[in-house]
Amino acid sequence: MMKKTGSFLLLAVLVLSLALGVGGATAAPKAQVTELKIFWAQWPPADYLQEIGNRYEAETGIKVTVIQEPWGTFLDRMTAEWAAKGDAYDMVVGDSQWLGQGAEQGHYMELTDFMVENGIHETVTPATLQFYGEYPPGSGRYWAYPTEGDAVGWAYRKDRLEDPEEMAAFEAKYGYPLAVPKTWMELRDIAEFFYRPDENVYGAAIYTQKDYDGMIMGYENVMFSWGVNWQDENNQVLGIVNSERAVEALEFYKELYQFAPPGTDNAFFTEVNSAFINGQATLVMNYFAFFPDMLDVGKNPYAQVTDFFAGPAGPYGDRYVALGGQGLSVLNYISDERKQASLDFIKWFAQEDIQRQWAEVGGYTCNIAVLESEAFLNHTPYNPAFAESMTFVKDFWNIPIYNDLLEPAQRYINGYVVGNVGTAKEALDGMAVEQHEVLVEAGVIDG
Amino acid sequence: MTQHGRRQMSDKTIAHFFIWPTLILLIVMNIFPLFYSLYLSFNDYSVIANEPPQWVALDNYEKILTTERSRYWHNFTVTGRYAALSVGLQIVIGFGLAMLLREKFRGSGLITTLILIPMMLSPVVVGLFWKLIFDPSKGFFNYLIYLNPRGGDQWLSDATLGLWAIVIVDVWMWSPFVMLLCLSGLGAIPNYLYEAAAIDRASAWFQFRRITLPQVMPLLLIAVLFRTIEAFKAFDLVMGLTGGGPGDRTETVAVRLYSEAFLKTRTGESSALAYIVLIIIISISNLYIRALNRAREG
Repeated sequence: MMKKTGSFLLLAVLVLSLALGVGGATAAPKAQVTELKIFWAQWPPADYLQEIGNRYEAETGIKVTVIQEPWGTFLDRMTAEWAAKGDAYDMVVGDSQWLGQGAEQGHYMELTDFMVENGIHETVTPATLQFYGEYPPGSGRYWAYPTEGDAVGWAYRKDRLEDPEEMAAFEAKYGYPLAVPKTWMELRDIAEFFYRPDENVYGAAIYTQKDYDGMIMGYENVMFSWGVNWQDENNQVLGIVNSERAVEALEFYKELYQFAPPGTDNAFFTEVNSAFINGQATLVMNYFAFFPDMLDVGKNPYAQVTDFFAGPAGPYGDRYVALGGQGLSVLNYISDERKQASLDFIKWFAQEDIQRQWAEVGGYTCNIAVLESEAFLNHTPYNPAFAESMTFVKDFWNIPIYNDLLEPAQRYINGYVVGNVGTAKEALDGMAVEQHEVLVEAGVIDG
Repeated sequence: MTQHGRRQMSDKTIAHFFIWPTLILLIVMNIFPLFYSLYLSFNDYSVIANEPPQWVALDNYEKILTTERSRYWHNFTVTGRYAALSVGLQIVIGFGLAMLLREKFRGSGLITTLILIPMMLSPVVVGLFWKLIFDPSKGFFNYLIYLNPRGGDQWLSDATLGLWAIVIVDVWMWSPFVMLLCLSGLGAIPNYLYEAAAIDRASAWFQFRRITLPQVMPLLLIAVLFRTIEAFKAFDLVMGLTGGGPGDRTETVAVRLYSEAFLKTRTGESSALAYIVLIIIISISNLYIRALNRAREG
């Protein structure tokens, strides 16, 4: 009997070990780190980081692998890894909204001492340090090294805006010269002027996507420029996100959408670029990180007549753009040796010379000295607009429940702008009430 | 292992060696998650929050079933409407196609094979290329139904047409499945029934109503059962086409479940929702199976 029980137990342990794959992992001896794995979304900056990682390998012998995941599943895969407390990656270049979750739920390693002792926190612009690295805001506690600065900017067809006949017709219609818009109202006029469905020419392609944060990353540009924020100083949202100005801003965004090319009803960075490259859109909003394609003559037949500008100002004098970009964080579930190796990489990466190289290969550095250099400003036609934009960026919530706040915002704004569901006031009132309930439930504010 | 050791192993022990690995895998991969998610459905828990589950008894179920702002009833309504439209049209079209292809003619085999192609495709792929077909700028759908396609609707972002767009794609994809089942049912009807009816000078409509339909009914009910269960799980097509939008106009229960479980990581609440969906599907299946048994007996 004992023998039988013993063989069953042995079998059970064997099968479980095979199923769970625990045999090798537990017995692995401590080894020197030979490879660092960085998790990021699948886009050109990740390729640029791989190039920088190859240089790190050439210098130190430690291989750097940037593992790329499509944007649509980037958060899902990171969430699954956090849930499993997995050590598949050493570092992640995570969205700015993830900071609160990473910090409060223990997924990110705190970098405050490391960044302060090495003076790294003083090498990047204050705005990028605040939005990509610091949590809670204003606390002086850092969880990520600002790696890829980004913001929403605009690309436009120079040939259309500088065409003498168009300029004359525009001035005759609107009473002022056709030029790069300085205000949202001017931008709206240009979009309306070039809205010519019969010629397959349209005004502005803007973000409208329902998934994740697409719609909000577009609407925010208008909302912030109308002087509206996501919360007041006490984290209250009622009467803030659904204020009169907010209603005006949302109505304006919907009006702008009326001049968008058909088929941009679920558009984010890829779709708006397509609308520009296929010759339909005269203006497109997009993150600067997606503008390299616009200058690639192989991809954009209008590359020679494409130019860029920073987001315009609103009717009350406010001028802000939505923040994109990410910071580099060390994941908490890796061994101490791998944490140290990750910190060594960040220390190397944060050097001014390496940041200069990062900018040269196409990365959007947050390093103050590099950003201010003439070489950077002249490197691409959109770098001046990028450097300007980074001085007036704002972002969505970054507390752990940001996704609970984002979901109703996406739903209501998308429903109103794209699906004609209700009025702007109804959409914003609905969003405000749901966000208020989320904040109360999470204990962020009192009920 | 020695000769002595091998001789000691009885047939029963060898049988255990075959059965236990499967059983252990089933317990680890299926049964444990099933009961653990049931336990989680009574807890306030987020899988990534690094905090233990907190027992809340029936709060999650109460929130889903009674809180107006939780919108779950909206998701059930959308799913129900989608299931009714989609399954209803699939039955009509699938049965109609089966009736047309019932008689063999030159090329009927090829036509049947071509009609079956959509159901062999991946729903994600189908969603992606139908998204292009519905595109008012590049797709040809509006060219087929509007005189001025550029002024046509943006199907996928229209609050009313969005759901219809998903239904159209689902019907296109799965009517062949219903057709296949009906064809096998029609092929099994004995010819002498029609011959006897013809001798009695029964009309074609009478023959259809009294012979064809009752004989095919069991298979039709099986088709309805399978397609209804699938409709309640509708996720990939919806995500591929509309993502649940505009707003939440096409947000089915499965899409909502995904959002709660994986975007908001409300593990406890989403487990409760999953169990409610499971109970609904089991109930509907039971109703259909009873109807099926009645049809067989009748």
